Amino acid sequence: MSETTVRIQKICRDTVKTRLIIFGTLALLLVACSLFAEHLCPYDPYLQDLSNAKAAPSAEHIFGTDRYGRDMLSRVIVGSRTSIFSTLLLVAIITVIGTVIGVFCGWHGKWIDTVLMRISDMFLAFPGLVFALAVAGVLGGGLQNAIIALAAISWPKYARIARSQTLAQKETTYLKAAKLAGDSTAKIIFKHILPNIIGPILVTSMLDIGTMMMELAGLSFLGLGAKPPIAEWGSMMSDTRSLLTTVPWVTFAPGLAIFISVMVFNLLGDTIRDYADPKSRGR
Amino acid sequence: MRKYILQRFLQLIPVLIGITFLSFAMMRLAGSDAVEELYANAGAAVSQDVIDAAKAELGLDKPFLVQYFSWLGGMLTGDMGVSFISGRDVFQTFVRKLPATLLLTALSIALTIVISIPLGVLAAYSYNRCGEAKNGWERISLALIDYVLRFFSFIGNSLPNFFVALLLMELLAIHWKLLPVISNGTTIRSALMPTLTLAIAMSAKYMRQVRATILEELNKDYVTGAKARGVRNNVILWKSVIKSSMLTIVTLLALSIGSLLGGTAIIESIFMWDGVGKLAVDAITMRDYPLIQAYVVWMAIIYVVVNLITDLLYHALDPRIRLGVSAE
Repeated sequence: MSETTVRIQKICRDTVKTRLIIFGTLALLLVACSLFAEHLCPYDPYLQDLSNAKAAPSAEHIFGTDRYGRDMLSRVIVGSRTSIFSTLLLVAIITVIGTVIGVFCGWHGKWIDTVLMRISDMFLAFPGLVFALAVAGVLGGGLQNAIIALAAISWPKYARIARSQTLAQKETTYLKAAKLAGDSTAKIIFKHILPNIIGPILVTSMLDIGTMMMELAGLSFLGLGAKPPIAEWGSMMSDTRSLLTTVPWVTFAPGLAIFISVMVFNLLGDTIRDYADPKSRGR
Repeated sequence: MRKYILQRFLQLIPVLIGITFLSFAMMRLAGSDAVEELYANAGAAVSQDVIDAAKAELGLDKPFLVQYFSWLGGMLTGDMGVSFISGRDVFQTFVRKLPATLLLTALSIALTIVISIPLGVLAAYSYNRCGEAKNGWERISLALIDYVLRFFSFIGNSLPNFFVALLLMELLAIHWKLLPVISNGTTIRSALMPTLTLAIAMSAKYMRQVRATILEELNKDYVTGAKARGVRNNVILWKSVIKSSMLTIVTLLALSIGSLLGGTAIIESIFMWDGVGKLAVDAITMRDYPLIQAYVVWMAIIYVVVNLITDLLYHALDPRIRLGVSAE
């Protein structure tokens, strides 16, 4: 390896680290914003002030006010609690469920593996959003049901990854040695398999946050997720889109919030992938 | 090859049974409440007898599996029941709205191809040439082309399609007054905005995949070999690289049709495009279960069939497999 290649590799690694710090901080800021939403709002997000309705963006109201005179900035900040939190919850749910099923299938094998994998094939055969729409429609709206609907279509991907990783681990010499040494199944799974397979799974879930946020907001936009008056970005946009001709900022403020959050989480996901797998850099 | 086709068709059967069973079970679980809800919505307090009679009329009192098989039989003959709301035949309604959605899908795919394949190839080519550029300016400009294209693809990937739809509406229809805000029938003019919306989201994702595919091909040994023999870069790109990546590119495109089918639902209802997506969203808001059922089942079947065709095409077009020199 020539000196230049080594130097380029070092620079690459350093920029990935810098990116990781920058985007990680931004993502943490977003999460913190959703955690302390109430304390960050300049105004009460649910307080109506009809004399000041549909005010254009100004120094007092950076994003203007909606048709009831509610401050849009405060509503967007409070909306972050619903939007960001429910997305992270959703991703956590599908990661855990998928991993548990995948590891179980890979470890146990036999008929349970076949049955569960055929079921996951079936879910993968559905066009995702179509199915989520139907599930949310059947369960009736509501944020909780939207999360269930998206979780129902998203776990198979994780189960597949966890299963193939578990199968690969099962063949390794060290695991056979652990088995011979008489380690219990629980110990093998939690101490040996999980730490070794969790990397790719976590990368996948980080990359999924942005998509899930958009799909959840999409369902809410259609009225199948969070319902007004709860401030949620997707439902806020659909709630106000009839006002697009007169007061566009009311619709665009939450849209911008979704865009920025999705972008930050996508950038973070890409960076984490680059960090974990240097081969994918620049791809 | 014939054996392979047969095998794929046989594999299709359990998937189709699974799809229909799942959709049926889901709707039936909800459907039994639907009758009660129907009366509750009407505002009248009705006795249990009336509810039971209504359930019997809809066949909801029979055992679950019996209901499933009679429904499956009906579905195969194009009889999927009548709408709870309008009382019209569900299958007919669905079939009448399908062409509009297919038109929208086809237009979006066409636009996506036109936008993303040239841009993806350009980005990959610029990135690849960047390392061999002779002077600094050339290197910077090539790197910049790739960077800007990737930047736009990234932006497109982070924009939810309903936001794109509303932005386009605001810009093209309200601000510049170029196009009608709401579609007035299935015309090309009203198809422009929904097509553009769907194509923007799809192109952003697809351009990235095209770039990665071409880059991978450009890094193969035969390209280095061709360069060493003095073959011009353009010839290598057009005659070898693009030709051999086309197969992957087409497959990736077909696979993204699934997300497009789901995406049309939101876009159709925003732009009032009279297709099955809008039909489904309306049916969901009004809890018209037979219609939702028809939508889910037929969309899934369309998706599965498209995937099957892609897979078969892939095998038919790949000479290694066609000639029996399979990798297996």
